[in-house]
Amino acid sequence: MVRERRDLYSLPDAPLASRCYSHSKVETDEEFDARWVTYFSKPDIDAWELKKGMNTLIGYDLVPEPKIVDSALRACRRLNDLASAIRILEAVKDKSGPHKDIYPYLIQELKPTLTELGISTPEELGMDKL
Amino acid sequence: MYFRFITSLMLLLFAASAKRVEDFFLYIFFSFRMLATRALSLVSKRVISTSICVRGGHGVAKVDDYALPSYFDRRENPLPDVRFVTDLSPVQKSLKEKEKGSWATLSNDEKIALYRISFKKSFAEMNKGSNEWKSVVAGMLFFIGVTGLVVLWQRKFVYGPVPPTFETEWKEKELQRMLDMRINPVEGISAKWDYENKEWKK
Repeated sequence: MVRERRDLYSLPDAPLASRCYSHSKVETDEEFDARWVTYFSKPDIDAWELKKGMNTLIGYDLVPEPKIVDSALRACRRLNDLASAIRILEAVKDKSGPHKDIYPYLIQELKPTLTELGISTPEELGMDKL
Repeated sequence: MYFRFITSLMLLLFAASAKRVEDFFLYIFFSFRMLATRALSLVSKRVISTSICVRGGHGVAKVDDYALPSYFDRRENPLPDVRFVTDLSPVQKSLKEKEKGSWATLSNDEKIALYRISFKKSFAEMNKGSNEWKSVVAGMLFFIGVTGLVVLWQRKFVYGPVPPTFETEWKEKELQRMLDMRINPVEGISAKWDYENKEWKK
């Protein structure tokens, strides 16, 4: 539902090769989500891994599910990096492009996490304006 | 400081007296190494490693600023390799310490300050358009106009007269000749001429 068209051909972390052949196993949406949630849930994730993961995820033709973003925000908390947390929210908003209803949905789903971790949205900080 | 320099110079000169080739190169190597360790500390503050990279006894590769990871604002790369502000002021350092605690205790200004330490432009600022295109189009039209003036000047001052075959009288005679020859009588020019009434067909 928040997924547009998934790019199956360039997953750097994919354990299985996804090709265009109809007989091979294609990763489902749930598997994709689970894989990324696991990636960001690593307890001793380091700053580089967070950056690499986030930049790769933003490179895909999709808006990440709330649970993936939640996992990433918690990783930011473990790394004591509030700026990256806010940046991630900006990035997923930018990723939704012309579909203006995706970001409010995302924020609505993430609200408990945002209040728990004390992350302000870019809108609350006035950073979405110039 | 000079001790190192003098010692390395002496090593270099001593190398000339080496009996074996390996010794010769060893002396060269160490003389440069001594010079290089001094040079490395003079290089930018952003030297990441303290170990010296020696290449074939010829010295140290200076780490150029452009070769190090850099900061850039791009939509597709939301988290750049380095923070925007690398040298933190004491205020910023204390803020970074505060960041290790609960984020709910941070004020909005502090959160914005933390953001600005790590990032230069927000997404809104990054994606903002500019009015540069107007200057570009204006420049284009201006230079096309100048070219037009150049062409007009050329016509007046550079090119010679046009051949006599362009004169109206000549052209009239040319057309008459074509009609007399019945050029293209089926569907072309002679087909459109009324030879009886000596006028163009209606």
